Amino acid sequence: MVYQRINSNRKIKMSFLELQNITKIYPNGTKAVNETSLNIDNGEFVVFVGPSGCGKSTLLRMIAGLEDITNGEISLDGNVINNIDPSERDVAMVFQNYALYPHMSVFNNMAYGLKNRGISKEEINNKVNDVAKLLEIDQLLTRKPSMLSGGQRQRVAMGRAIVRNPKIFLFDEPLSNLDAKLRNQMRLEIKRLQRQMGVTSIFVTHDQTEAMTLGDRIVVINNGVVEQVGTPKEIYSKPYTKFVAEFIGSPQMNLFNCKIENGIAHIADMRINLNNSANIDDASLGIRPDDILISDNGQHTCVANLVEYLGSDMIIYSKIGDQEFSCKLSSKINLNAGDTFKFDISNTLVHLFDNTNGSRV
Amino acid sequence: MTKYISSTINHFILSIGLLIMVVPIWIIFASSTHSSLFINTNGLQFFLGDNFIDNYSRVLFKQSGFFNEITALKMFLNSFVMATGIATLSVITSLMAAYGLVYFKVKYATFIFWLIFITLLVPLELRIMPSYIVMSKLNLVNTFAGLILPISASAIATFFFRQFYKSIPDELLEAAKLDGTNSWSFFIDFLIPLSKTMIAAVFIFMFVFGYNQYLWPLIMTTSEQYWTVVMGLKTMYGSISDRFAFVIMSMIPPVIIIIFLQKLFIQGIFQNK
Repeated sequence: MVYQRINSNRKIKMSFLELQNITKIYPNGTKAVNETSLNIDNGEFVVFVGPSGCGKSTLLRMIAGLEDITNGEISLDGNVINNIDPSERDVAMVFQNYALYPHMSVFNNMAYGLKNRGISKEEINNKVNDVAKLLEIDQLLTRKPSMLSGGQRQRVAMGRAIVRNPKIFLFDEPLSNLDAKLRNQMRLEIKRLQRQMGVTSIFVTHDQTEAMTLGDRIVVINNGVVEQVGTPKEIYSKPYTKFVAEFIGSPQMNLFNCKIENGIAHIADMRINLNNSANIDDASLGIRPDDILISDNGQHTCVANLVEYLGSDMIIYSKIGDQEFSCKLSSKINLNAGDTFKFDISNTLVHLFDNTNGSRV
Repeated sequence: MTKYISSTINHFILSIGLLIMVVPIWIIFASSTHSSLFINTNGLQFFLGDNFIDNYSRVLFKQSGFFNEITALKMFLNSFVMATGIATLSVITSLMAAYGLVYFKVKYATFIFWLIFITLLVPLELRIMPSYIVMSKLNLVNTFAGLILPISASAIATFFFRQFYKSIPDELLEAAKLDGTNSWSFFIDFLIPLSKTMIAAVFIFMFVFGYNQYLWPLIMTTSEQYWTVVMGLKTMYGSISDRFAFVIMSMIPPVIIIIFLQKLFIQGIFQNK
């Protein structure tokens, strides 16, 4: 297919997209992005994830050229693009609200960028039709965006990006306006298309499910700073900071404030042997709700305050001392609110963080 | 049942409104088809007479004015040129002014906008002397340019376009930027098609505004060749049925414009809701 980018014979010395010490300070003094460096390889699917207002969109918009860069350097395919006009960067973006051109038909929406590049009519026709078929919107080419459903608009917005065969796709929370079912469907489709075309993609979202399922690598951002970069598995199994630990995973990781003396964590009157020789006055001990092992001969005993039934699973909310925690277990176990249960916390499954700087110990 | 009663009442009220609007016009029209003698002896008429073609063709082609230098047909042409010129130029200038104010990093853009806006407080009648002096120094007395130019920038139209542009989401511009548009093609490919309905509304308003101008053309023209319909209305010294015929004809051009642009016009008015 025409739009398939051949990347096998391209010799890569440096990364495809390099961000070096990128800082963005808005005129009102807000620091949106702080000293961020990142390398993205050709063909990689990278997800920026973080809470709203963390600077992930700003970072994406700087790559697109829609925001000025206060400090630092962005280079794409070996060229510094700081001062290159967005139209000449060869990047395509899918916006949260799709930003389709309301007065143009679907065909013209997709063809507009190509027309501006002076591509011949025939070639535009072929390209648009190919992409429309790929996205199954070839029946809609004559319609105006106002006559399309949310999912169809989403496809057109994607088509508009794909048809240009850019160096990078940028997705700015493109799924947040869709209903849950459609969102899952489009998520799979985006993943499939990206695989098929092998175009480097950056996807911004605040939804950790999207981040985990889509990304080859995830960049967790908080307050304009990159907290961790890694594969979904790395991020989930070995969060570098307390923030990442809390942000990724559903239900949230339990974090117990505790004192650690000679490798033994003191949480209220509970003791957990960490099998090391750490001494930290103010620490957080993290354990994922599904890593808490419930068994009749467990060491610790608690009362289930609340039980949430989720079909195959259930979530039990309980307390150790005055610290709440939750555990997730199969709903086949018969446990009701008010019952006591026994559990173990294995020292191989816990995550330990120093509360003074939030980093992993 | 109550549905029928309320809809009957509604239609009754609407019909009364319609009659209040239409009946006077109809009476003038009906009277204009009788001879002057008949109206002078029998008063205004509700039913059509048989002098329609006689009266209307006489009015259109008769030489009138103080020096009998102009026909009503020429007045219609003059008014049409003036009104179209004013409407077209106002649309162009206000479109561009609004584009500049909203989309470019203009220092003090809001201040400039309000400066434009307060010109609404200074109508043509108030600045008629300076305007006349400027036009006469430019040797534009007794020209169409002289009639059109001083009224061809509209603050209210600039206001409408500015508000409309502000309501267009930024993402549209950003998407267009990534698609390789420049300032000029964004204006042509996006803003003009998007403000089509607004343009129609402004065009109609400004056309009627231009068509209704009386004082300015009266001052700007010394030659009867540049008389407009509204000036002609004031100086029609013919018989009573001729005057009625002229009044009826003078209403036609704005009505035609509205009929043609009606659909766009209505969308344009409600666009900002």
